[in-house]
Amino acid sequence: MPSLKEVRIRIASVKSTRQITSAMKMVSASKLRRAQNAILTMRPYSSKLMHIMHDLSHDLEGSDEGVYSNDRGEHKVLLVPVTSNRGLCGAFNSNIVKETTHLINGRFSEQWKSGNIELFCIGKKAADSLKSAGFPPSRSNIEIFDTLNFENVVAIAEGLMAEFVDKKYDKIILIYNQFKNAAVQIIQTEQFLPVSRDMSQEKDDHTGNQANYIFEPGKKEILEALVPKSIKVQLFKALLDSFAAEHGARMTAMHKATENADELLKQLNLSYNKARQAAITNEILEIVGGAEALNA
Amino acid sequence: MQIEIITPDKEIFKGEAELIQLPGIDGSFEILNNHAPLISALQKGKIKVKKSNQDTFYEINGGVIEVLDNKVLILAE
Repeated sequence: MPSLKEVRIRIASVKSTRQITSAMKMVSASKLRRAQNAILTMRPYSSKLMHIMHDLSHDLEGSDEGVYSNDRGEHKVLLVPVTSNRGLCGAFNSNIVKETTHLINGRFSEQWKSGNIELFCIGKKAADSLKSAGFPPSRSNIEIFDTLNFENVVAIAEGLMAEFVDKKYDKIILIYNQFKNAAVQIIQTEQFLPVSRDMSQEKDDHTGNQANYIFEPGKKEILEALVPKSIKVQLFKALLDSFAAEHGARMTAMHKATENADELLKQLNLSYNKARQAAITNEILEIVGGAEALNA
Repeated sequence: MQIEIITPDKEIFKGEAELIQLPGIDGSFEILNNHAPLISALQKGKIKVKKSNQDTFYEINGGVIEVLDNKVLILAE
């Protein structure tokens, strides 16, 4: 049985840990709300963009969408794992790392052997753990989540698009956590470039109004302007999703940690009271024993 | 006519206006009430929204515009 003092110290330490985890939970909850709002404001934009794209490509079926849909096979691949900058969010980051290594060892093992695979890590955690797993990233960006807005994401997207057009990479793949709800994240492996055909066919069912639009200057020109825009929006959406998912994951992880601390505190309090009672009983026994000895 | 200007970050403008001037790829153009359905691409420039003789300007970095049923939707950047 641990001594009274030991138990008291442990109770104090568990209590302070519990305070930290519950505070982190609160912070994540408020950040999650903000991240969710960002997704919500962005959703009408992307759905309208998809809608216009669909209306346009409806009549241009079969024609090629330019430099961004150029499928050159899988010779030189760039993987873009998206993680957070901070830990303490459950399996959020390790899932991404696992998926990335799985891709490298499985689907892209040929390219890895011939050195034709590169990693561009967004977020500190992926860079750190992939390095220790033996896959050093060639580049990483850890500042993006400090100020996550469209402008900064566009800068990254434009860099990637330029490299794709320059044939530095044949395929760019995003690996990120999609936000479903606060407790559930879905790992997405998404082809970023070249633009896949099914992206524009995804929303086939909501054509609805086929008004006779005037196209100014022309359908082809508009589509050419729209495709890069939709690519940027895709990256922005992925990053927003990952950001919200991170806070959701951290909130859940911290909630569990707080609950565990509560459980632990209960047990510790029980053993503290037991020890206290035992000490009191001992004392009484000693006093009674002493009185008996005096009487005798 | 009803006008909506949205960017991926936020909604910039929503409301009624009589006239809107836009930086089209082939030059600036204006849209008045009851315009025919139109889809067009925009380049970097200023959008002018005229509402009861008051002009408001918004800077954009390109975008798309869709006009349908007297509703103007601008997806700006």
